[in-house]
Amino acid sequence: METLTIKKEKPATKPTTQVSGSVAVLEAFLAEGVDTVFGYPGGAIMPIYDALYDYNDKLKHILVRHEQGAIHAAQGFARVSGRTGVVFATSGPGATNLVTGLADAMIDSTPVVCITGQVFAHLLGTDAFQETDVINITTPVTKWNYQVTDATEIPAVLAKAFYIAGSGRPGPVLIDITKNAQLQLFDYSGYQKCEHIRSYRPKPIVRKEYIQEAAKLINAAERPFVIFGQGVILGKAEKEFQKFIEKAGIPSAWTIMGMSAIPTDHPLGVGMLGMHGNYGPNVLTNECDVLIAVGMRFDDRVTGRLDKYAKQAKIIHLDIDPAEIDKNVKATVPVWGDCKETLPLLTELVDQKVYPQWLQLFKEYQQKEEDKVIKEELNPTTEIMTMGEVINTLNELTKGDAVIVTDVGQHQMVACRYAKYNKSKSNITSGGLGTMGYALPAAIGAAYGDPSRTTVAIIGDGGFQMTLQELGTIMQFKPKVKIIILNNQFLGMVRQWQQLFHEKRYSFVDITSPDFVQVAKGFGIPGKSISKREELKSSLQQMLEQDGSFLLEVMVGKENNVFPMVPQGRGVAECVLSREEI
Amino acid sequence: MTKQEYTITVYTENQIGLLNRIAIIFSRRKINIESLNTSPSEVDSVHRFTIVINETEDVVRKLCRQIEKQVEVLKAYYNTNDEIVWQELAMYKVPTEVIASAVKVERLLREHGAHTVVIRKDYTVFAVAGQREETDKLIKVLEPYRLIEFVRSARIAIIKASDGFHEKLKEFEYREPGEDAIENEFLNENEKVFSM
Repeated sequence: METLTIKKEKPATKPTTQVSGSVAVLEAFLAEGVDTVFGYPGGAIMPIYDALYDYNDKLKHILVRHEQGAIHAAQGFARVSGRTGVVFATSGPGATNLVTGLADAMIDSTPVVCITGQVFAHLLGTDAFQETDVINITTPVTKWNYQVTDATEIPAVLAKAFYIAGSGRPGPVLIDITKNAQLQLFDYSGYQKCEHIRSYRPKPIVRKEYIQEAAKLINAAERPFVIFGQGVILGKAEKEFQKFIEKAGIPSAWTIMGMSAIPTDHPLGVGMLGMHGNYGPNVLTNECDVLIAVGMRFDDRVTGRLDKYAKQAKIIHLDIDPAEIDKNVKATVPVWGDCKETLPLLTELVDQKVYPQWLQLFKEYQQKEEDKVIKEELNPTTEIMTMGEVINTLNELTKGDAVIVTDVGQHQMVACRYAKYNKSKSNITSGGLGTMGYALPAAIGAAYGDPSRTTVAIIGDGGFQMTLQELGTIMQFKPKVKIIILNNQFLGMVRQWQQLFHEKRYSFVDITSPDFVQVAKGFGIPGKSISKREELKSSLQQMLEQDGSFLLEVMVGKENNVFPMVPQGRGVAECVLSREEI
Repeated sequence: MTKQEYTITVYTENQIGLLNRIAIIFSRRKINIESLNTSPSEVDSVHRFTIVINETEDVVRKLCRQIEKQVEVLKAYYNTNDEIVWQELAMYKVPTEVIASAVKVERLLREHGAHTVVIRKDYTVFAVAGQREETDKLIKVLEPYRLIEFVRSARIAIIKASDGFHEKLKEFEYREPGEDAIENEFLNENEKVFSM
């Protein structure tokens, strides 16, 4: 390939064997350490599936029930394992069904490589059966994509695909392979990993000048505040990050994607940022004097109204992606680079400090939140259960060791607010795209990503119905997924907004659900539905102790709202604790 | 910040689909591309896009970052009109009989720097290389003489301050690219940036 400019040290005498394009794909997987593939066969990818038949002992293939399930599973796998998730899908509808997952992986920087089958090269552009212009459809939602029409390209293209997906700021890559290329035999001389592409710079060079400037600002600060995102996890820099905040003594808050990078009970951890984050971190963003953003991208759900966001503060932004610097919030000191490299440099230069008064202020805000929101949520006086108490009871039982996979909506916010984590890569959720239906397939992938851990999927009654076909995958392959459906009989988050901002005009948020326990039973998955508090702990216990998957439906308050909230269009300091304050 | 014309120069690999990747960076943000040209560059195997848009500097800078983020893009620059030398090519088709009968027309064309591309019995095609105002002006001039067809190319531009891409490319080819390959404009504006 022209674009590969690595000087390949290819010995001219290297022995070659004749293999098909399909075999070259599978050999590439093995060379990249892939052991699990999520996929669904079809006409245009049949040669690859035919080759897969002989790789049964080396590659585990999980047959999902819908291609969206395959890519979400690959995402869950990648997020838990820190490795690249891999997907097979056929052409046309198989490929278009991946689009939601690609968009999700793109915005949440999840490394995924998707291989799609394509019609024969001579049929491209003829509206052949199951032909879709997959490359152009997926261009905006992939970090890179490429169509292979000649098998000889496969080893180099796949090497590039894995390199691009997993390096720098990770993301999804799609390789579309025409059927003739899958069938074509060619002289194969082995697989060589890609380590350099001249036009692609995964990591900007770290410039010491910036680190020095950043350290100067931090050392002079009186009320510094660290906010961090998934970059810490993706950069595998959890230790470096913890060392940094501990030496500098700076209160630190996580975004939803950064959650679990440090244990939730870390003494400097002050909670979650964002629309439904904690009160203190939101309000005090506008009172700090130096704001240190690490591996996060100032999403609008985090910043609220931009022109009222941290205007008083000097901003230090550490990010691996230069396009994120100054995109939403102007940085005083931009620190480009991989935070695994930049954080230790910064730690070296910052003074050992503590900010007892400043930290105390966070605690005071936390107390206000406890009094007005948390107490009632975790120990409700109502007869009907709240989502928060379910999460809280789960914490007691898992001790924060479980991988929690959430869907999107009220239950997601509640889970992320109250779940406890001891270990990184434990919070798997669709943060940027907000994909309902993400949790069930992602939990399947997560269970394969680290089978030694307990995987708990927390899903709403709405989101569960979007991808419940994946119960079939659980039935067949038996990943141990514990499913909790928090059923409030509404599309709760939309209902909350309709109540708060649309005069309670409940427009199509009243959703009817099937008997989830019966549905699960149909798939051979034991389950239980509870509505009484007395049953909660024992039922969760039963779910966790079950050898295999289990579905627990918990009926919760129909019209409970998630607070605190930074209403849309308001600044973070205008975070409210109750409906009355809006 | 006010909008003005910016010329974005992008050095890329020559890869199918890259045009689309670059174009959607603009269309996603509902930004109209005034003109777009692709051509070879001074470096063998490196392609060059020249894109003209009307935007504020802040937006253009962000767009360039997004463009550079694409795997096959080597580098993107943006320049105002006074930082570049630029030209467009325009062609005009007029009936040959008019040219033949009105000597004035030929003189007009010469005054505008046009040269003849094709002369046929029925029509003649003239071409003019120049800036937008010049080629526009000639349309007005030719309109009374039955201008049959008009077309104008995209802008091509040379950056006045550029040393070309040969040296830069070498840096990109190293596994650990040099500092030049990763320009950080903040560093050059040190005083403006670090306002302690």
